[in-house]
Amino acid sequence: MTHPIISIRHAVKTYGKFRALDAVALDIHEGEFLTLLGPSGSGKTTLLSAIAGFTALDDGSVHARGHDISGLPPEKRDFAMVFQGYALFPTMSVAQNVGYPLRVRKWSKDRIAQRVHECLALVQMEKFADRMPHQLSGGQQQRIALARALSFKPDVLLLDEPLSALDKKLRSDLQWELKSLHKKLGVTFVYVTHDQEEALSMSDRIVILKDGKIQQEGAPDDLYNLPKNQFVANFLGKSNVVNAHVIGTQGEHLLAEVEGRQFCATYDHANSPTGQVNFALRPERIRLGPPGQETFDGHIAQISYLGERCQVLVRHDALGEILVSHPTWDAALQPAPQMPVSFGWDAGACVALDAS
Amino acid sequence: MPHIPEKLRYWMLIIPALAVMIIFYIFPVLNIWGISITEPSVGIENYERMFASNAVKVSFVLTFRIAAITTVACLILGYVVAYTISNLAGRVRPLMLGLVLLPFWVSVLIRSFAWIVLLGRSGLVNDGLMATGIISQPLRLMHNELGVLIAMVHVMLPFAVLPMLTNMRGISGSYIQAARGLGASEWRAFREVYFPQTLPGVMSGGLLVFVLSLGFYVTPALLGGGRVMMISEYITYQIQEFLNWGLGAALSVVLLMATAVVLLIASRFVNLKTTFLERR
Ligand SMILES: Nc1ncnc2c1ncn2[C@@H]1O[C@H](COP(=O)(O)OP(=O)(O)OP(=O)(O)O)[C@@H](O)[C@H]1O
Ligand SMILES: [Mg+2]
Repeated sequence: MTHPIISIRHAVKTYGKFRALDAVALDIHEGEFLTLLGPSGSGKTTLLSAIAGFTALDDGSVHARGHDISGLPPEKRDFAMVFQGYALFPTMSVAQNVGYPLRVRKWSKDRIAQRVHECLALVQMEKFADRMPHQLSGGQQQRIALARALSFKPDVLLLDEPLSALDKKLRSDLQWELKSLHKKLGVTFVYVTHDQEEALSMSDRIVILKDGKIQQEGAPDDLYNLPKNQFVANFLGKSNVVNAHVIGTQGEHLLAEVEGRQFCATYDHANSPTGQVNFALRPERIRLGPPGQETFDGHIAQISYLGERCQVLVRHDALGEILVSHPTWDAALQPAPQMPVSFGWDAGACVALDAS
Repeated sequence: MPHIPEKLRYWMLIIPALAVMIIFYIFPVLNIWGISITEPSVGIENYERMFASNAVKVSFVLTFRIAAITTVACLILGYVVAYTISNLAGRVRPLMLGLVLLPFWVSVLIRSFAWIVLLGRSGLVNDGLMATGIISQPLRLMHNELGVLIAMVHVMLPFAVLPMLTNMRGISGSYIQAARGLGASEWRAFREVYFPQTLPGVMSGGLLVFVLSLGFYVTPALLGGGRVMMISEYITYQIQEFLNWGLGAALSVVLLMATAVVLLIASRFVNLKTTFLERR
């Protein structure tokens, strides 16, 4: 069996009584694009800097290809880190910055020059080799920081919110570039962000952190479609929380009931929930229809128009307010305030959540 | 109210200060220049005498040497202090900063006398060393260059620390982290990434100390005991003891020129505005 390129075991980091990392266990596999996603203060940077070696863990360990590297200083770990503020060395030119890791590794002058050129070409910045960092725009600095981190062909690239200082347009351009760089180079990326769209669009796998604990990990579509708990359901996109009574199973689905109306829900077959259970339900999976057509009856409380879709808030006596994302091109039903409607969803659209 | 142009208003604000400067500083300085070429007779005879005099040469060389050694010592000691305060000290930082500033509340005169008490023939240092039997004869710690240097370094240290401190506080810790993350050892990251960024502060502090040291009077006079004659003391000596106003004035002019030349050379490397005016 091959070892994961990085393996974090029972990592704990405390600041006083506060637990910034709480028993985090995570395997990172060679060549994957892994994203650490979580709200501010959830411990993303702490985890990344524990991997890089800047933060010493209070308990647990970090392994690289099966070897314990917890005691190694950052310079011995051969991971490259791209910092939030880029941290380009202001007294060195762009070329010197990119060549710095190579000079440290005692490469020959010719090889350094060649590699620097290669790396600048990789991020399309060849023309800027002789500039100083303060003569570059934010996006350009970001590219140089990336080129510098890649120059010594590290096993793993650690990126701490590398795009957060850039405007939206530039961000999405660079997202594409990062993604294609990842494909091209095959380097393992560990990427930190608190932007869920960024995480969904770029990652092979996402790890969701909250209060120093891993909430859930998995491929983007798995996390989106099968959230384990309410936090994940609401952190990745929007979700309605439907509280219903479980009455049994039907095929692969769970059968639940609200006020005598039944629906089928997806559930984790490892644990079969019983009694009152919370379900997550995506607004775009709910259908609206004229009264009586769908499972539940309610009336529209609020509408906001978003162009292609509109958000409709439907009030139901037992379920409370349900958010529906309704296509505006649907001629059969044009929602209006106070209009009575019925709503329902396909079997399996609801996902049973862990109690917590 | 009559409308006063904005520029004029600012000028009016500084007129009192400007007047004080002109009456009590510029005018006397010009006067000195005058004296240097009119006393005792009109001509450049004072300057000729001065450049011919061996004692003057010795004093100038001594002054520049002491100023240079003081500067280097202050920079080395001050760098360590500034680095510690800005990078290592956590909660004790305000205390350490207070200790750096503390000497400013005590007059230079008193601090110099304090050094006399410490360094004298039967001062604290000599008494202590003799009592513990490390030495049998008291060391000559003052009334020589060593004593002047010890006290000068002490007096000038804050002037070296403050510019370096302001400079270092503006340097983010992520540079060192980045360098180490890219494979540089701690020492190498300091040398190649951190240190170059602190050079502006080092230059500012060094210039400040050097220029102040060139014209320093109180401490060298007290700890030199008349044996370490730096140029300021030499001037006083000429005027007070020999009533030789002409030569004293000529010396002052040359000292002023020398200082101006130092500033001029330094201005090629240091941003003088931030050294003396703005504290970034
Ligand atoms: N040096 C420190 N001393 C005390 N507490 C700290 C320290 N560093 C981090 N913390 C705390 O640890 C928690 C996690 O911090 P961390 O920087 O990992 O958050 P993050 O997920 O990266 O957040 P953000 O998205 O805002 O960057 C925070 O609550 C923070 O206040
Ligand atoms: Mg962070």
